[in-house]
Amino acid sequence: MSAHAETAHHGPASGISRWILTTNHKDIGTMYLVFSLLMLFVGGSMAFVIRAELFQPGLQMVMPEFFNQMTTMHGLIMVFGAVMPAFVGLANWQIPLMIGAPDMALPRLNNLSFWILPFAFAMLLSTLLMPGGAPDFGWTFYAPLSTTYAPPSVTFFIFAIHMMGISSILGAINVVVTIFNMRAPGMKLMDMPLFVWTWLITAFLLIAVMPVLAAVVTMMLMDVHFGTSFFNAAGGGDPVLFQHVFWFFAHPEVYIMVLPAFGVISQIVPTFARKPLFGYHSMVYATAAIAVMSFIVWAHHMFTVGMPLAGELFFMYTTMLIAVPTGVKVFNWISTMFRGSMTFETPMLFAIAFIVLFTIGGLSGLMLAIAPADFQYHDTYFVVAHFHYVLVPGSVFGIIAGVYYWLPKWCGKMYDEKLGQWHFWLSFIGVNLTFFPMHFVGLAGMPRRIPDYALQFADFNMITSIGAFLFGTTQLLFVYILIKTVRSGKPAEQLPWDGAQGLEWSVPTPAPYHTFSTPPVVGDK
Amino acid sequence: MCRLLHLFSLALVLTPAPLLALEFNMPSGVTDTSQSVFNLHMTIFYICLAIAVVVFGVMFWSIFHHRRSRGAKAAQFHGSVVVEIIWTIIPFLILVAIAIPATTTLSDMYDASESDVDIQVTGHQWKWHYKYIGEDVDFFSILNTSREEIENRKKKNPNYLLEVDNALVVPTNKKIRFLFTSNDVIHAWWVPDLAIKKDAIPGFINESWTRIKEPGLYRGQCAELCGKHHAFMPIEVKAVPEASYLAWLEDQKAAKLAEAASAEQDWSMDQLMTAGATVYEKNCAVCHQADGSGVAGAFPALNGSAIVQGDKAGHLDIVVNGKLAKGMPAFGEQLSAVDIAAVITYERNSWDNQTGDHVSPAEVQTLMDKQ
Ligand code: HEC
Ligand SMILES: [Cu+2]
Repeated sequence: MSAHAETAHHGPASGISRWILTTNHKDIGTMYLVFSLLMLFVGGSMAFVIRAELFQPGLQMVMPEFFNQMTTMHGLIMVFGAVMPAFVGLANWQIPLMIGAPDMALPRLNNLSFWILPFAFAMLLSTLLMPGGAPDFGWTFYAPLSTTYAPPSVTFFIFAIHMMGISSILGAINVVVTIFNMRAPGMKLMDMPLFVWTWLITAFLLIAVMPVLAAVVTMMLMDVHFGTSFFNAAGGGDPVLFQHVFWFFAHPEVYIMVLPAFGVISQIVPTFARKPLFGYHSMVYATAAIAVMSFIVWAHHMFTVGMPLAGELFFMYTTMLIAVPTGVKVFNWISTMFRGSMTFETPMLFAIAFIVLFTIGGLSGLMLAIAPADFQYHDTYFVVAHFHYVLVPGSVFGIIAGVYYWLPKWCGKMYDEKLGQWHFWLSFIGVNLTFFPMHFVGLAGMPRRIPDYALQFADFNMITSIGAFLFGTTQLLFVYILIKTVRSGKPAEQLPWDGAQGLEWSVPTPAPYHTFSTPPVVGDK
Repeated sequence: MCRLLHLFSLALVLTPAPLLALEFNMPSGVTDTSQSVFNLHMTIFYICLAIAVVVFGVMFWSIFHHRRSRGAKAAQFHGSVVVEIIWTIIPFLILVAIAIPATTTLSDMYDASESDVDIQVTGHQWKWHYKYIGEDVDFFSILNTSREEIENRKKKNPNYLLEVDNALVVPTNKKIRFLFTSNDVIHAWWVPDLAIKKDAIPGFINESWTRIKEPGLYRGQCAELCGKHHAFMPIEVKAVPEASYLAWLEDQKAAKLAEAASAEQDWSMDQLMTAGATVYEKNCAVCHQADGSGVAGAFPALNGSAIVQGDKAGHLDIVVNGKLAKGMPAFGEQLSAVDIAAVITYERNSWDNQTGDHVSPAEVQTLMDKQ
């Protein structure tokens, strides 16, 4: 992806210092994307361990304590290392290009927010080698399992989370400042492409909830080392308080991981349907509504902790309500396709799969919202199926779609369409083979986070494991496609997609190192 | 694709036949509550299915018809206020329609008043403790699947990982109230056939209730990650007619008296060693391992331990009082004097530990009475 270097007149520094010192939004975007791809494979190899152990009943590959470390680290790395940085990478590349800005508003801060990440994850991964092992309390790290009963490495986990949080907040501030101050003359907020809108809203969510995450891990730190009892009932604290604070962060967090994907899909579908996005305004309002509501649904993750009836009902109703704006988005995408003139290149295939599979995840989410039924679903594989449907064919497919879509502009080369199609179909089959059977084992009674299970769950688990191996190895094909494109792809055209609209397509291909040094003028949209 | 299907069918063919009896859905269970939860589940499932059919139907229809390769020309409309209002209101109405029965079921599940039997359920790492309130009956319920089966050294039995030594026995057609709490981390008590899943939280008490219609054995598992052996703390609820329940209660009380009496008898070294092996396997091996080698960084080895080989008082102290902050439970609260005497004797004379002495139940009883 660094191929654009040679083509720029006013190019970057050479050698490694280019990457360490860079303040260029394109370089930083590339680094974020490459980093998240790397983390995808690190987290993915942990998923391999998990699925290998669960291939058959009985303990065969790993011991339960290591299994718990794998589930914990897999979750943390995928959320904080793969999905979130990938979206920041897309934001870095695309937001300036889409609003006609020469760079991000705070370029040095941008460099800092990226370079915190490798250190944070090195620290997190190093816990695997520590005595007592890595964190083993699940990515939700409920107290007191993560405090009084935690392995010593919990301290490193807390610091790693702090670093990731700082990186995210800085990145989010940068996005907000850039969007508010650096739009091309004439571009009103309601003229902005949806990807920019969804990221603006996401950035506000990040700024609002990352400090809450910081607070909760700090309270843990105090409990572990300084004798406080925030979450320790024996000292007058409350373990449930942990869950409230955690989910007050983590529920908006799940929207942080999907709103930018909504944005990507809202760019891609109109392009390949050759038809303007249906309901632009309602898309913006729906995104904002989802973001606001994401603050008042958190306790639907906690229906079994024994909240009072009124609390259960409140969170059940708000959660059901959030389905309305989400539905609006899906309907809008489909109406955009309706009576279009569609073609199905790789980005569009991933986008359509996103719409279908994300909707399936949304519908199972609606089932989970029904509190009495959730007593049966909670903490089973049904939940695992649900959130993997919204995160893998949701967020991850959204990211992949975006990469295929913008790659020709980034590096000036076209990916191999045939290989792209293979990548799509293998991923699509793999993802469904992996996660669909999880609904059934969950309903039939298999709890999540167990290294060994009763015999009636064996068949579905075997199918899931086969699917996971297929999906995982398919992503190596993705890497091959990317390398092949950058190295020897056919030169891309100025406008690689005939239906594409927006400022990002007005710059030369590949996008030069510096773009929009003189701002473009945006007339009526 | 073909190869995949091939692999797939191969995997299915290789699976032993009894396992092919696949279970796909939530059980409808054996109580009115579980039945109405099941009905809710099916209703919302069919609604979701219908939504999916309509939405995906339209989508695939236009994918098929409105493709450029079929010569479709793109229309240019980009909004319609009426349509958008309609598809905001219809989902809203559907949601209201589901919310009503859900609210009724939920309120009913929350009404634990006027119970006939009260049982306190306490989660421990990694076993359940049941206490019949007002009956002076209480016991632990521990996984009964052998290590050999778990480690694939023996064929797994059909109730693999879902079997315990002492099932929770309850009467049918009585309102049973459960009070959940925990001794260490958060656990969750889940029996799908009763549609009960409730967190057991240290320092707090949660409530739930059931009224079981049919006698039978209902199995469940801990549902909240609670550490290393989270997968290995199942639940068995045995529902029996009231008469048998009362008889069982009497048996339990008699057994308890007999046990107390046996603490005063003299126990020979051999007797203690045999009893101790069982107690150790059930209560200690999860942490200190069956061969006493422990787990580096977490649980100390008992084989060769200075405390185990040292004087009896220090050894008794750690087993009876534990060291909660470090993760060693206080077994004085969990085991009888006989069991503690047996397990300590066993530790002191197993593996490389050969102190040759033994601890009598009476000694343990004296110590426990003092506290
Ligand atoms: C939940 C895990 C767990 C279980 C179950 C458990 N122990 Fe322990 N045990 C520990 C831990 C942790 C320590 C170390 C405490 C410390 O740091 O001082 C320990 C320490 C000990 C020691 C002192 C060893 C030494 O050299 O320091 C003895 C003796 C002991 N346990 C006996 C038992 C017996 C007997 C049982 C069964 C009745 C048992 N333990 C069950 C976790 C456990
Ligand atoms: Cu448990």
